[in-house]
Amino acid sequence: MQLTEEKTAGETAVEEEYTPLIVAFCCNWCSYSGADTAGSSRFQYPANIKIVRVPCSGRVNPLFILRAFQRGADGVIICGCHPGDCHYTTGNYYARRRMTLLFSMLDYLGIEPERIRMEWVSAAEGAKFAAVMNDFAATINRLGKNRKLRDLRCAK
Amino acid sequence: MREMRDKLVSRVKELLADGSCDRVIGWRAGEFCYDVTPEIFTADNVDEMIFDDFCGPNQSKYLVNAPKSDDKKIIVLLKPCDSYSYNELITEHRIQPEKIHAIGVPCTGMVDIDKIRAKGIAGITGIEEDEAGTMLTVHTIYGDSTVAKKDVLEDRCYFCKGKKHVAGDEMLVPDEEAPDTPEAGDRMAEVARLEAMAPQERFDFWRSQLSKCIRCNACRNACPACTCRTCVFDNPASGVSAKVNVNSFEENMFHIIRAFHVAGRCTDCGECSRVCPQNIPLHLLNRKFIKDIDELYGTFQAGAEPDVRGPLVSYTEGDAEASVVLRREN
Amino acid sequence: MQRIGVFVCWCGSNIAATVDVKAVAEALGKQPGVVVSKDYQYMCSASGQNLIREAIRDSRLDAVVICACSPHMHEATFRKCVSAEGMNPYMLEIANIREQDSWVHKDRKAATEKAISLGTAAIAKVQLNAPLFESPNPVTKRALVIGGGIAGMQTALDIAEAGFKVDIVEQKPTIGGKMAQLDKTFPTLDCSSCIVTPKMVDVGANENITIYSYSEVEKVSGFIGSFHATIKQKPRYVDATKCTGCGLCTTKCPSKRNLNEFNMNLNMRPAIYIPFAQAVPLVATLDPTACIHFKTGKCGLCQKVCEAGAIDYDQQPTYIEQDYGAIVLATGYNQIKPTKFDEYLYNNSPDVVTSLEFERMMSASGPTAGDLRVPSTGKRPRNIVFIQCVGSRGKDTCREKPYCSKVCCMYTAKHTILVKDHWPEVDCTVFYIDVRTPGKNFDEFYRRAVEEYGVHYIKGMVGKVEQGDGCLKVQASDLLNNRQIHMNADLVVLAAAVEPDPSARHLGTMLTASMDTNDFFSEAHAKLRPVESPTAGIYLAGMCQGPKDIPETVAQASAAASKVIGLLSKDHLMSNPCIAHSDPTLCNGCSQCTNVCAYGAISYQDQMVVYKGVRETRRVAVVNEAVCQGCGACTVTCPSGAMDLRGFANNQIMAEVDAICN
Repeated sequence: MQLTEEKTAGETAVEEEYTPLIVAFCCNWCSYSGADTAGSSRFQYPANIKIVRVPCSGRVNPLFILRAFQRGADGVIICGCHPGDCHYTTGNYYARRRMTLLFSMLDYLGIEPERIRMEWVSAAEGAKFAAVMNDFAATINRLGKNRKLRDLRCAK
Repeated sequence: MREMRDKLVSRVKELLADGSCDRVIGWRAGEFCYDVTPEIFTADNVDEMIFDDFCGPNQSKYLVNAPKSDDKKIIVLLKPCDSYSYNELITEHRIQPEKIHAIGVPCTGMVDIDKIRAKGIAGITGIEEDEAGTMLTVHTIYGDSTVAKKDVLEDRCYFCKGKKHVAGDEMLVPDEEAPDTPEAGDRMAEVARLEAMAPQERFDFWRSQLSKCIRCNACRNACPACTCRTCVFDNPASGVSAKVNVNSFEENMFHIIRAFHVAGRCTDCGECSRVCPQNIPLHLLNRKFIKDIDELYGTFQAGAEPDVRGPLVSYTEGDAEASVVLRREN
Repeated sequence: MQRIGVFVCWCGSNIAATVDVKAVAEALGKQPGVVVSKDYQYMCSASGQNLIREAIRDSRLDAVVICACSPHMHEATFRKCVSAEGMNPYMLEIANIREQDSWVHKDRKAATEKAISLGTAAIAKVQLNAPLFESPNPVTKRALVIGGGIAGMQTALDIAEAGFKVDIVEQKPTIGGKMAQLDKTFPTLDCSSCIVTPKMVDVGANENITIYSYSEVEKVSGFIGSFHATIKQKPRYVDATKCTGCGLCTTKCPSKRNLNEFNMNLNMRPAIYIPFAQAVPLVATLDPTACIHFKTGKCGLCQKVCEAGAIDYDQQPTYIEQDYGAIVLATGYNQIKPTKFDEYLYNNSPDVVTSLEFERMMSASGPTAGDLRVPSTGKRPRNIVFIQCVGSRGKDTCREKPYCSKVCCMYTAKHTILVKDHWPEVDCTVFYIDVRTPGKNFDEFYRRAVEEYGVHYIKGMVGKVEQGDGCLKVQASDLLNNRQIHMNADLVVLAAAVEPDPSARHLGTMLTASMDTNDFFSEAHAKLRPVESPTAGIYLAGMCQGPKDIPETVAQASAAASKVIGLLSKDHLMSNPCIAHSDPTLCNGCSQCTNVCAYGAISYQDQMVVYKGVRETRRVAVVNEAVCQGCGACTVTCPSGAMDLRGFANNQIMAEVDAICN
């Protein structure tokens, strides 16, 4: 079961043009709207970031995050309303604790903690949304392919 | 230990006789003295119940699925560390304390058969503790040997929570009068040692451990916090069900999610590691969550008292941001 | 398997210029379950919607995926469209390929690939959709208006006129707000109090309106149609039901040296006071921090002279509990205190004032009865310098606001005209960055100041104001003529920035009404829903949403009122069916979910459950569908997955993730 860490011969060659995949879970009220605001303001960010709309950051189950990594995501970012601004009052507070512990656990297992991020982006913060995404994409580009937490059966 | 067992059985007999209780979850010795299994005894066979240094299994969990009776209570025997799990199960409404008679039993640490074997002792037929509880006489088919009890304790007993019971309707021996529990070391030392490793080293450590997992589900079945009627990993509708770990991802997934589901509820009873046939130190995953919770949200001992709101269903406005994980110095 | 129709919108060139819509429609057409895949220029147009409806009919579709703009834009439109054809509106998913694709990426290949990926995810999700049904919730026919300035008053009057009960909560002792403090209004030079005080009287006299003055909203729970609020009435130590507003107490009060807030602290008021003669309610308020009785236990003069026996030193806060169907935020603004602008000498010279202070100095009801005097000398000023954009449009976040305060250009023109009208000999100079006059008759008004009244407008900022000999010395730059200016001024007026009232922050958190980075309340849509908060049932009026002048405020107030009237005229609201539900066969009854529910929507019941042939009574979670708001916090707390969210189910989200990562 050590296959994940082994590079296959062909993979190294493909590596050069490898575009990482980033899944962004965005809460419907703030961050998804923030992404829309980034759109209306034409703030650019890489196309390899794909957004999944969830009602609240508190809806993000660690299972979803692991699932994304399993299926080949190289980075996962969870965006929610700023603390105190949750549309559902407290959802992001619970999300913050859950995600902090999950991130810490992944770090403990030796998986790069930079692959997972949580950010607060309000509906008005289109510029911030784009800036966060650009920064995260740069981080993931630097880290390269997620090798430690993926399922070879799902590898392309 | 023998006297304690007799005292326990006679007390249980009294309770079964006075009509308030009709059954007891006790321990039964298997074919070998160290193969101890929990079992429900009634007045008919209560004499077969044992209580010795191999009675490690945490009985609180078995209350969840024990057959229900409307008028009679079930007796459960709680070692001090088991009583934390008992409280946690009350908090989560998984057991009804009004239908249970919990007897707190003393504990001076449970013995790990593998550690006796490691001392070159084979053909073990029984053990006996001396008066002070410091030395063990090991009976074998080749004759008797003696070992110091402190050398052969289960790993978890070196981090004993102490002799105080946090729950129980009665104590077999008042906690103050109970014999002393083993001296406790720093239970977070091992977690800290892992944290201090380089990430790749840590990754290699956990890979080498988790890749041993044969997905026997013993950890899940013994864990008093894992009481789901249907586990997500057994439910085809959950989308993550799996009968076996097919690859390293699923090994990670199963253990991360299992630890996450019990985070904030795990009392650190250590059953997961005790029952693991592959000797994976699973408790180090749970302890990592406990350490993080203690450091980030304030010290919390699950099960210290019933009806407490756990750290994952609480928050403060000033909680650390998730990025604290990146900033932490490892 | 569901028969799915995919509809890819070009949005003119908005999408089609960056995304190869034909390729997207073709690729998605090959996805399992997709029986129709079409593209069209404007899917939201009548003909676009007809295209969808025809396809539903002709191809007997069970579900629809639309690749277009954000669901926040047209989800409702398309839901209506598909339900017109008899399809359940929740059998629709939208892939956001405009705001989150074509508008944020330039590379056509990458954007097209992303559009296909997002479309695939929506198809994967919609395959797991099930019809959902909205259920009716009753609407409480009463509105709460927070803030009693012109915005709040207008909203309340309009709602009350439509026959609904309205409560106004105002933190100050009187309604009227900032408009009551203004002297004249631009560009008509109407007397502000002459137009606002009759409104105040109307509000006070309207039998549908209850005013809670000197009060604060302490707590709000609930949701659109059924909010519950706790209103705290602060003790004014005067029984408002007995006080006749005769004012005798205010004249007898020996503690007279207290700053008069209504006059911007330019003069003094007694400890017991009525803010101004036309206050509504016309009731005295006792300031315990200034009152001799509260400090020493002696005095008690007001109590002795009050014939109505209204003075009550033992008054305690009272709490009013009330249900509302809608809430309007009209919390208004304040002018920043320019104390951090040392260069303008505001902290050091009484002759440097803010424009709102200047309003009081010019007002007939102000401390000098409208006779403009230099505060330090008491003489008529010979020359006045007006400095624009103090704290507005700045980058220094510790003292400046990034936005334009909008009203300053016009009120400064008004000030100069008023000064010149009364005292033509007074010289007026305005230093500005830009003069902004977009409004009806605004530019004409500004040009009158320059052309008719001879006000000097100089483009450039003031660098320094210094205390000179008997006057202030102003050092500024004239950008158009590229020269430094040194001039004397008897009075300097600072057009200080406006900022939202500090009470807005707490209300925003309590009501989950989102705010922008400047603490202005955000509207649900900047263009199309400018008077609604993104939180349903919360409406916005006036400066709390952004800088605006009086007619804009009144227009927004009436617009908010009409939204409220529309809401309150309904007997029931259809609830959002995307809510949590618990599977009793999986539920452990552990109560973890109840702990995280912000709405108290989850309760526990003993239910007979039959599972795998076993019948037993179990303690299981039950979601109150009228109360659940669909956040899904409970679903993550539930280890067994018994708790799930309709519309955003575990398997739906995972299907999306799988599709995206594929």
